[in-house]
Amino acid sequence: MASEAHGEETGGLVFHPMDQFIVKPLFGDGAVSMFTITNVTLWLALSVVAVILLMVLGTSRRATIPGRTQSVAELAYGFVYKMVEDVAGKDAVGFFPYIMTLFMFIVFANFLGLIPMSFTTTSHFAVTVVLAMLVFLTVTIVGFVKNGTKFLGLFWVASAPLALRPVLAIIEIISYFVRPVSHSIRLAGNVMAGHAVIKVFAGFAAIAVVSPVSVVAITAMYGLEVLVAFIQAYVFTILTCVYLKDALHPSH
Amino acid sequence: MEGELAHIGAGLAAIGSGAAAIGVGNVAGNFLAGALRNPSAAASQTATLFIGIAFAEALGIFSFLVALLLMFAV
Repeated sequence: MASEAHGEETGGLVFHPMDQFIVKPLFGDGAVSMFTITNVTLWLALSVVAVILLMVLGTSRRATIPGRTQSVAELAYGFVYKMVEDVAGKDAVGFFPYIMTLFMFIVFANFLGLIPMSFTTTSHFAVTVVLAMLVFLTVTIVGFVKNGTKFLGLFWVASAPLALRPVLAIIEIISYFVRPVSHSIRLAGNVMAGHAVIKVFAGFAAIAVVSPVSVVAITAMYGLEVLVAFIQAYVFTILTCVYLKDALHPSH
Repeated sequence: MEGELAHIGAGLAAIGSGAAAIGVGNVAGNFLAGALRNPSAAASQTATLFIGIAFAEALGIFSFLVALLLMFAV
């Protein structure tokens, strides 16, 4: 994507706003193949390490009066646990480890991406599509395992008039299969668009007349991005809970 | 010529983002109106708020996707 944009006119900017999303090999300048260690690999690994550090080291002392790290870990745990219980229902608590992992990973990937000069892994559709497909497959398999063929009742709206039901069934099936698309693109699109906007303002900062305005705009956008980074992780997890609820209780 | 038309199409597809903005604003505005009438019930409904926003946003995302496809894939 970005390499294509490179070939065109950059419109007077010093750099292209999409340059920050280029996948580069970490060592050398060779071509990127399946198992090349790239900057994406590095930042994905860093976010995993950050989650492990927070959750394992933070709670390892198990102090009665929690320190700062333990407080954060406990807050995150309680936050996600309550979300699973409230949205997906009490019987979905078995899926809490998976949802907690998803939330912590996305939150850390988003926040690490906000560090200047870092690489935002969640801005790439390849990363979020894998996460969303995993959720989609989990939900579908769980739905069929728990309910058998009754899971198809999700598409057959029993409360609607009989004549309307086939039409609704088609709409429900389309909306079911569009879920992984919207689920993944929401996260990647929001993160990517936000970072690109910051870079556009950063490009204006090179012009002396507008640079004070631009610096203020970058600061404001950065503040918004911190908010968006959290909200998008929250939305991703809460939608996972909603889909899970559909799988566990398919009747409308 | 075709490439230029694709760029115009991408710009037209971006209108969909504005439509999604109206939808999201509707959801959030109505939530706020309800929350100010009954603040004690507001906290329990924030999850519903975000789900509503996410669904309203999903359709705007499709127009964004169309724009991206027209820019980089066509």
